[in-house]
Amino acid sequence: MAEKPQTSANFSSVPVILLLGLFSLPLLVMYAYLFIDTISDTEVGSLIPSEFTLRHWSFLWETKTGKPNIWLVTLNTFIFASCITGVILTVSSMAGYVLSRLNVPARGFFLAGVMVLHAFPSVTLIIAIFIVLQWIGLYNSLIGVILVKAAIDLPLGIWLMKGFYDTVPWEIEMAGTVDGASRFTVWRRLVLPQIKPAMMALGLFSFLTGWSEFILPQVLAPGAKVQVLSVYLASLIIDDNNFDFGTFKAVGVFYVVPVLILYVFFQKHLMNIYGGGTKG
Amino acid sequence: MRILLDKFSKSFGSTKVIEDMDLEVGSGEMLALLGPSGCGKSTTLFAVCGIHRPTAGRILFGDRDVTNLPSQERNVGVVFQSYALYPHMTVEENIGFPLMVKRVAAADIKKQVADIAALVHIEDLLGRRPAQLSGGQQQRVALARALIRRPDVLLLDEPLANLDAKLRLEMRSEIRRLQKETGITAILVTHDQVEAMSMCDRIAIMKSGEIVQIATPSQMYNDPRTSFVASFLGNPPISLLKGKAEQGAFVLGENGLRLPLAALSGIPDGTALSLGVRPEHFGTAGGVPVEGRVVFAETQGRENLYDVVLPDGSVLRSIQPVRDDVKPGDSVRWNLDSASTFVFAEDGQRL
Repeated sequence: MAEKPQTSANFSSVPVILLLGLFSLPLLVMYAYLFIDTISDTEVGSLIPSEFTLRHWSFLWETKTGKPNIWLVTLNTFIFASCITGVILTVSSMAGYVLSRLNVPARGFFLAGVMVLHAFPSVTLIIAIFIVLQWIGLYNSLIGVILVKAAIDLPLGIWLMKGFYDTVPWEIEMAGTVDGASRFTVWRRLVLPQIKPAMMALGLFSFLTGWSEFILPQVLAPGAKVQVLSVYLASLIIDDNNFDFGTFKAVGVFYVVPVLILYVFFQKHLMNIYGGGTKG
Repeated sequence: MRILLDKFSKSFGSTKVIEDMDLEVGSGEMLALLGPSGCGKSTTLFAVCGIHRPTAGRILFGDRDVTNLPSQERNVGVVFQSYALYPHMTVEENIGFPLMVKRVAAADIKKQVADIAALVHIEDLLGRRPAQLSGGQQQRVALARALIRRPDVLLLDEPLANLDAKLRLEMRSEIRRLQKETGITAILVTHDQVEAMSMCDRIAIMKSGEIVQIATPSQMYNDPRTSFVASFLGNPPISLLKGKAEQGAFVLGENGLRLPLAALSGIPDGTALSLGVRPEHFGTAGGVPVEGRVVFAETQGRENLYDVVLPDGSVLRSIQPVRDDVKPGDSVRWNLDSASTFVFAEDGQRL
């Protein structure tokens, strides 16, 4: 668990903060301008905005020609990220338990397999996946890309869950079985609650990777009806005919706001993923 | 309910932990499995509650063969060393869990939990979570959870190991009281001879997967079958002197102590022996004078404990009512009660 750094009496922390602040300043300026540019117009060559405008945000209330409606895209992204989260949580909470606790045949093989799959660069598979999806008729559908993305992210989830299950004391399960509970009840009522912080963290993590996923939806579901925000954003910058930098930035801000909100509320849970503790 | 282990064997892979063990625990009896760590006592306990399946042999509860029954169908209550309380549930939910999985009506569960909580004196704690309880309170919750199903057998796996000395004393009598009040058959696994002797009707002492002796605490203390049993029971422990047999007497070293003992008639001269002397049998009373030098003295309040080195280098312990006249370094001539000593052959068997 990441401990809070102790304030050391040996040296003052002011120089360190100043130095770090100096190094972070370019980043801060960029973030600031990302936002400022979306609500203002600036003369070419100048850094100071010249007038306030909301026209860059007009994509929110009027659909641009040749582009899908932003709210449909947002809904798609939300469905995409939520479904991935659901699939990953369900499968890895069960698979992780099996790999951690049950004496299944070829357990070692599965453990090694999960590890290899996790390390496997998924992009190399994309053409094969494209062909498969087209063949079974899931190309250009949300279901198809959800299944692919979830499958690619599952090894990490399973591995993480296995690690968390490993920390749950055996005695709790022994106590559960001698108390008369079936193995499934033991898992559901006794063990699963112990790793709730981990589930929370993995869920958030999956949602965020789903929210920011670009390459898979771009290749496997580029159609207007199933577009997600990352693909929409990319289509803005590719579009040479109506190039609009301000709108691009506004969509970018719109895209990142939910992520920021999630971070603000749940960063404590997200930290858990690196901790592995079940103190809660 | 009577428990019977019949030719029970257990191995993990190629490691044999227990082989052909026979053990009977009478109905309503409390039996201690006592032994050093790694002797197979916890393995035996886990086999009785169904967590481990025996490699061979049978386990009977009453006349029912439970050898191949899973834990869920055995009706046993277990108190684990770590208590294994469910951290996310309140005390009430913890105790009620065995009933909840049996789908007993909620109102019934509430009533039974209240009854059992009163029995173990934790009525005020029902709303708390295990992390908010002290060790002794957690222990009581674990006991209540084990007892609420009215199990045929109560199994206790080193239940006092995690408690401080004062609580341990309190819980010792508390567990015994509950066992007597409920009339339940119980098996206690422990490595602490004081617990075994003070809580149980009988003790089965184990060493490397075998039961060395089963007897009541006092029988075992006064009539140990091997030197292992003798040295395991008693605090401060028994002193063992290495010597030889000579014309029906135990002889210590060259021209050393000579003890004529009835047990030694018919033993050939020169046989290597060891003599066990409990600290309370060496002191002011007794018939055989022994000379030595005090090298260590420890006061325990009511009694003093002395280590006395004999001329040949072996050490005798003595426990005596408090006295101020003996200090480390003093030469003493104390008496040994030869009738209360034990003689063991070289392989540890009592003669």
